[in-house]
Amino acid sequence: MPEEKFDCIIVGAGPAGSTAGFLLANAGLEVLIIERGTFAGSKNMTGGRLYSHSLEKIISDFASVAPVERKVVKETITMLTNDSAVSIDFQSQQLNQAQKESYTVLRADFDQWLAGKAEDAGAILAPGVRVDDLLFKDGKVTGVIAGEDEMEADVVILADGVNSLLAQKAGLKVELKPNQVAVGVKEVIELPAQVIEDRFGLNKGEGAARIFVGNCTKGKIGGGFLYTNKNSLSLGLVFTLADLAESQLTVPQMLEEFKSHPVIKPLIKDGKLVEYSAHLVPEAGLNMLPKLYSDGVMVVGDAAGLVINAGYTVRGMDLAIASGEAASKAIITAKEQDDYSAASLARYQDLLDRSFVMQDLKQYQKFPEFMENPRIFNEYPQLVVNIFKDMFIVDGSPGKPLRKKVLNHAKQVGLVNLLKDAWKGVKAL
Amino acid sequence: MKPISIEEKLGVNKFNVDEGNPHIIIKKETGNLEVIKKCVIACPAGLYSIKEDGNISFDFAGCLECGTCRVICAGTGILDWNYPQGTFGVEFRYG
Ligand SMILES: Cc1cc2nc3c(=O)[nH]c(=O)nc-3n(C[C@H](O)[C@H](O)[C@H](O)COP(=O)(O)OP(=O)(O)OC[C@H]3O[C@@H](n4cnc5c(N)ncnc54)[C@H](O)[C@@H]3O)c2cc1C
Ligand code: SF4
Repeated sequence: MPEEKFDCIIVGAGPAGSTAGFLLANAGLEVLIIERGTFAGSKNMTGGRLYSHSLEKIISDFASVAPVERKVVKETITMLTNDSAVSIDFQSQQLNQAQKESYTVLRADFDQWLAGKAEDAGAILAPGVRVDDLLFKDGKVTGVIAGEDEMEADVVILADGVNSLLAQKAGLKVELKPNQVAVGVKEVIELPAQVIEDRFGLNKGEGAARIFVGNCTKGKIGGGFLYTNKNSLSLGLVFTLADLAESQLTVPQMLEEFKSHPVIKPLIKDGKLVEYSAHLVPEAGLNMLPKLYSDGVMVVGDAAGLVINAGYTVRGMDLAIASGEAASKAIITAKEQDDYSAASLARYQDLLDRSFVMQDLKQYQKFPEFMENPRIFNEYPQLVVNIFKDMFIVDGSPGKPLRKKVLNHAKQVGLVNLLKDAWKGVKAL
Repeated sequence: MKPISIEEKLGVNKFNVDEGNPHIIIKKETGNLEVIKKCVIACPAGLYSIKEDGNISFDFAGCLECGTCRVICAGTGILDWNYPQGTFGVEFRYG
């Protein structure tokens, strides 16, 4: 029999769970956060960049105390073919402004810090415990089961990440499909801070974010990323699962090839591999939105698929944090009214609908479909590289006017395709 | 950086293997090669392979707990997939 009853049990001490735990404990509720890893963050990985705005609202100036790696001041998108690359760089003072800035993070440190904030506020953190199932009474979720233990609560928050086996058990969500998720792999490569700053043209403490499209996934839907940390680089690839089946190379092989690409190789030279990780990313946004709440239970963060896949970047942590916040607000009201029914917890959905979370997800709703176009990963990087080759490679053969060169290359893709895709892209955004 | 084999890569990670208690079990060994082939390609840890005699080889010890094989095999009844028990499995020190 359960020994005591909590106001709220949260499963998962990622950004979504710990944010909710922090805010609920701060409001005086009795909160238990259960995490299967030996410490918060020990099971989690991310590409690398946290947009600060949503956490900033909750813990102002968090970056001055949290273990963030570097503030991103330089963004680069690179189109790759097998031997060439065209990059676009973006640098702006605006990347530095409060609420607009972003930081690279490593999750083992960052998640421990955020879970620690929840503990400081009074939440109980139980690491090293895997929740196996939910307790139900009259169709309402009343707690969790972990091994032999049963623990009761007025409300359970499922913050258990993309696979969320528990949201399925709660009947809120159906099994993920291969076209709704991508698999991400990442190496953390150690390098001295000074080398990183010199190599990427950064001042002390500043960071760079790089996105790659094209040959890095061998034309498969997906892309590459590189983030600079204090003393390491986070280098990885992301592949939509559905498109991977026909691949000639395995995922680990493609990562090795990416590392030996002439553009990447010098960036990681003399680096030392210190960790290799993998994780799924929910990619279908609103098209995979589960039921977000039911009697006595809510689902937040990746477990609810709250990730924006904008092709050039994946954003999930700021949404996870904002959804944890929305859930906690709904629960604080539910507690005041002593009503944890679905009708009461619906406030969570209202809050999300009104926040950037749902608005941004709506804006990008058509994007995953748009990205399912193989030309984006094959013909277009090649097209751009070809145009630049014509502009910059001089070998003594007679030149043609640039207008003709561009047109010639564009014709190879098909002008109609090009216009169609451009229009689709504009519409998708 | 020199090319690194997947085994060497996993060797860099910290694992606390729950010996004798696999969290992923292949239930249906035969007749599922097409699905398992997808796992061979997609498993980030390279834990799936198909042997010359057509049998499947799988080792749960280097699992990164991503869930990729779970999603690929969903609905086929091939896999029994769970997270390792609390504290077991991979422990990311960077993440
Ligand atoms: C390759 C890659 C690149 C990405 N890049 C970015 C990026 O640059 N910027 C960005 O904002 N987002 C990025 N994301 C997305 C981002 O990482 C996620 O959206 C975010 O981590 C979600 O947080 P969460 O708290 O919802 O879930 P998670 O961080 O996954 O936390 C879930 C927690 O629940 C625990 N858990 C699960 N099941 C149980 C159980 N049964 N019992 C107990 N505990 C359990 C887990 O151990 C884990 O700690 C990326 C993701 C990937 C994979
Ligand atoms: S969960 Fe991921 S790492 Fe583990 S076996 Fe499946 S695909 Fe491989």
